[in-house]
Amino acid sequence: MIEIENVSKWYGSFRVLTDCSTRVARGEVVVVCGPSGSGKSTLIKCVNALEPFQQGQIRLDGTPVRDPGTDLPRLRAKVGMVFQHFELFPHLSITRNLTLAQEKVLGRPADEARERGLRLLERVGLSAHRDKFPGQLSGGQQQRVAIARALSMDPVAMLFDEPTSALDPEMINEVLDVMVELAHEGMTMMVVTHEMGFARKVADRVIFMDEGRIVEDAGTEEFFGSPRSERAQHFLARILHH
Amino acid sequence: MDFDFAAIHGALPFLWKGMLYTIELTLYAAIGGLFFGTLLALARLSPWRALSLAAAGYVNLMRSIPLVLVIFWFFFLVPVILQVAMGHERPPMIGAERTAIITFIMFEAAYFCEIMRAGIQSIPRGQVHAAQALGLTYSQCMRLVVLPQAFRNMLPVLLTQTIILFQDTSLVYVISATDFVGAAAKIAQRDGRLVEMYLFVAAVYFVICFTLSALVRRLQRRIAVIR
Ligand SMILES: Nc1ncnc2c1ncn2[C@@H]1O[C@H](COP(=O)(O)OP(=O)(O)O)[C@@H](O)[C@H]1O
Ligand SMILES: [Mg+2]
Repeated sequence: MIEIENVSKWYGSFRVLTDCSTRVARGEVVVVCGPSGSGKSTLIKCVNALEPFQQGQIRLDGTPVRDPGTDLPRLRAKVGMVFQHFELFPHLSITRNLTLAQEKVLGRPADEARERGLRLLERVGLSAHRDKFPGQLSGGQQQRVAIARALSMDPVAMLFDEPTSALDPEMINEVLDVMVELAHEGMTMMVVTHEMGFARKVADRVIFMDEGRIVEDAGTEEFFGSPRSERAQHFLARILHH
Repeated sequence: MDFDFAAIHGALPFLWKGMLYTIELTLYAAIGGLFFGTLLALARLSPWRALSLAAAGYVNLMRSIPLVLVIFWFFFLVPVILQVAMGHERPPMIGAERTAIITFIMFEAAYFCEIMRAGIQSIPRGQVHAAQALGLTYSQCMRLVVLPQAFRNMLPVLLTQTIILFQDTSLVYVISATDFVGAAAKIAQRDGRLVEMYLFVAAVYFVICFTLSALVRRLQRRIAVIR
């Protein structure tokens, strides 16, 4: 579903990503972790071409991302993305946040888009807030709306960039619950997170990044049982002993 | 010195016509300036260097020249430009009032450009990423996500600029357009009632601008609460 082949990226002369290769199969859940600044956000944003990269190739459902002939808006509409800071559109109501792209990108009629949006809002337990604005919701609620918004496009895969790290602790679980449910339904997911409980529960594989490289790419059991690299061991020791 | 209110009273219908033109000019300049200013701002922020340099050059030129000079130039130039653009044999006579409207739109566009540019830059990158990730094109992202927020954030500044513009329109007096000040000046000359007329005009400008500024401050506080 997502094939990342030897991707390298530079910001000026600074090399952010070095020869990153991995793949996420259909229905697979892959967690990406690693220290801050290791390039996790950059890598996941390369997947839907929010960030351009200079070397290598990424294929999304078979379509090459770094190809001048690729219709990027259409490609991006096929993958949902959830951001650390939610990024709901603050000038639009919750319902409009859910229907805007369905109408403008997929060309769905307004009533169909609305019905689909409200069904997803119900699914994340926020129907009562349909007419509010994002600023009136808590962080956890906003992130659930953001997930519903991404799902409203019927994506073939979902990308998450630290979806819970801007949340107060008591709100983390309401978001993780939605994600766990998604994973159990068979959604293809690539998730940057430090929530190791989530990784243990649903991840098929864990990728560990450091200084722009994929240092470790292992099955979940194997990763937590006996991480091969020393850096991953240190990293795990640090975040598990909190 | 005797102060003759009757002099003002008799001139009110003529002054009112002047005020209508002042308001018309302000509205045209504000709406046209905002429209072209937004286009200029998008050009300035475009990755296409030739376009952004051209826009920046235009904006900096306009902002470095006194408005009076721009008004004079356009008064002479606009008919010639129109003549060339429309292929006429002689410059069309479009009159001081319409020349002033074109001039003010072009001039204000430079100022509204800088306001909208600041507004666009105040929108976090994440908003653009979120819009693009949903599959919106660049122009949809601008139209539906970035510009509405930039406009909302900058509304108090845009309105303040419009109040300044309302006062600046009085400069069309130099090309003998009959705005509010122009009307008052004509009456003042005719009746020899300079003190009454100019005091009255100043008082009207003060009341209008002071009231509007107070309203903008209230709006600003309400926006601050919403955010
Ligand atoms: N727009 C940018 N320009 C220059 N450097 C950047 C930019 N964005 C990120 N970086 C750098 O790239 C590195 C990786 O960033 P990022 O992918 O955000 O890391 P992570 O998500 O793992 O914390 C960091 O060193 C960061 O400073
Ligand atoms: Mg990050």
